[in-house]
Amino acid sequence: MAREIMYRDALREAIDEEMERDSTVFIIGEGIAERGGSYKVTEGLLSKYGPKRVRDTPIAEAGMIGVGVGAAIAGARPIVEILYIDFAMLGMDMIVNQAAKFRLMTGGDGRVPFVMRTQGGTGGGVAAQHSQSLEALFYHIPGLKVVMPSTPADAKGLLKYALRQSDPVMFLEHKHLYMTKGLVPDGEHVIEFGKGDIKRPGKDVTLIAWSNMIPRTLEAAEKLAAEGIDAEVIDPRTLVPLDKDMILGSVAKTNRAVIVQEAVRRGGVASDIASIIQEEAFYQLDAPIEIVAGLNIPIPFNLELEKASVPQVDDIVLAVRRTLHSKPLAQAAE
Amino acid sequence: MAAQAQKANAPSRELLEKLFRTAYKIRVFESEGIKLYRQGLIRGYFHPYLGQEGIATGVCAALQEGDFIASTHRGHGHCIAWGADVKRMVAELLQKETGYCRGYGGSMHIADIRAGNLGANGIVGAGTPLGVGAALANQIKGNDAVTVTFSTDGASNNGTFLESLNLAAIWNLSYVLVVENNQYAVSTRIEESTRDVDLYKRGLAIGVESHQVDGNDSLAVYHLMQDAVEKCRRGEGPILIEAKTYRHMGHHVNDPGKYMPADTLAYYKERDPVDRARNALVEIVGLDQAEIEAIENEIKQEFEDAVEFSKASREITLAEFNEFVEAY
Repeated sequence: MAREIMYRDALREAIDEEMERDSTVFIIGEGIAERGGSYKVTEGLLSKYGPKRVRDTPIAEAGMIGVGVGAAIAGARPIVEILYIDFAMLGMDMIVNQAAKFRLMTGGDGRVPFVMRTQGGTGGGVAAQHSQSLEALFYHIPGLKVVMPSTPADAKGLLKYALRQSDPVMFLEHKHLYMTKGLVPDGEHVIEFGKGDIKRPGKDVTLIAWSNMIPRTLEAAEKLAAEGIDAEVIDPRTLVPLDKDMILGSVAKTNRAVIVQEAVRRGGVASDIASIIQEEAFYQLDAPIEIVAGLNIPIPFNLELEKASVPQVDDIVLAVRRTLHSKPLAQAAE
Repeated sequence: MAAQAQKANAPSRELLEKLFRTAYKIRVFESEGIKLYRQGLIRGYFHPYLGQEGIATGVCAALQEGDFIASTHRGHGHCIAWGADVKRMVAELLQKETGYCRGYGGSMHIADIRAGNLGANGIVGAGTPLGVGAALANQIKGNDAVTVTFSTDGASNNGTFLESLNLAAIWNLSYVLVVENNQYAVSTRIEESTRDVDLYKRGLAIGVESHQVDGNDSLAVYHLMQDAVEKCRRGEGPILIEAKTYRHMGHHVNDPGKYMPADTLAYYKERDPVDRARNALVEIVGLDQAEIEAIENEIKQEFEDAVEFSKASREITLAEFNEFVEAY
């Protein structure tokens, strides 16, 4: 059986269940205790688990991320909630130089079961310092797991898994998704990292997207369906580790790929996925890989400009049409 | 009566011998280690703790099993004082598989998590939040462990110094921040880094009990630390201890330290922490020259054995390295 709940409620269920199961799980962040967090993810946890395991912090991201990493090294399971991914930049030393490297630097003895929950993406006029999609920064650093759930069920299952494994996890939520609803299975629901999910099966073209680009890509797929184009939508759910097999399997079937990311185009994860596809499935492609991505620009405040800065449904539709109108390579060569 | 009271308060032979043994072991490790470096047996960076031995020695003597330490880039002394196996330390510096980190870490990353050593750190200031985090983990687990971060005057101007100590303060953590004030941030004099060179005042400013001590006096450090540890175990932490000291040379083995004034260096060398620990053993306990030499020879032998052990050890193989390539 399943219940229809919001993304934020699914996250809360995951934290609640894991805190119940493991007394070393605790959560710290700005305004997460009595207030229940800016997105109400931690509502009710203070009264259930007490001030020892649910703590507000001062506005000191480098300190709180570092303290979380230290607690993880010492054998606890911290969740550090960072209000905006933009603010996580203050704690990059602790993420990049400490958490990510500790396992190797200690010859494998040291593990860092540290979970940083934060959210990114454009949110309707919150401007350049509260709108970024920065997953590529973490994707680039060996040692970090990068998780970007798009649905309530994925959010719950992946967060529960994050709290049971032993590497630092960048758990990246999206500000637009907190109030979205979806079915979440009853009972234990844990999703292993590295397993993508086919959000819509199809045969004509493979669309790869994550986080808030999933609802947008699904909308584009419905528009395309009306034109008789049957798109398959794949959500890798975790960018590190990446479910290459699912992506390559789908491309082998459709022979066409479009990758959609909200983040800026330059140096993005989409480019890396495109490179993987061309390396491992070049001869199965009937058209160049398309990338639909954000402009290489900070997000402007003006709402029309904000919209113009990140992929919209029609941008995805157009990209798919382009790949389908390309001739198969063999034919083009003739 | 007065004489009797004094005698009752006099430090035991056991304590003084422990302090001297630790300080001397660090001295031997660093001075012999530098020779290995010059021979090309140790590669990379090597930041000697020479001249600062009194701090790690006094601090760790007041700790017990189950406690935690976090260290710095100049971390050999902390490891040794913590009770690390010299064999595995030398092996790590010689990048051997028998080293603490199997040769993956090196001088700046020696750690022993199982023994509560959170490790040396190549990023100045990073040990502060990591140490506070360990203290937080211990508070959540409900044990009475004390965590110590060895920090530095150089790190005291880093933002995480304030951020972490403040978190330890608002959460009443069992945490001691030991600020080794060797008066140089790499090569920049402390007077050029801050207006007020008495760094213990940084703790006072945010409501943390803070003290200053002569870092070259391992016994004084020990007494202050013992008091701090007791308070922490009673839930009265955190506490900051500033230990004044001076390096015997530049920032690392390849820095001759020409910017260090000769008279200041001479002043601190006259107050050498190893000499003072040795003198205490002679003057207070009455050990004779032969007994001192016996201790020193034993420690030198331990180091020589460690070098032989390390030379005979193998390096990690590429096949073993693959385990990490897969995991990462």
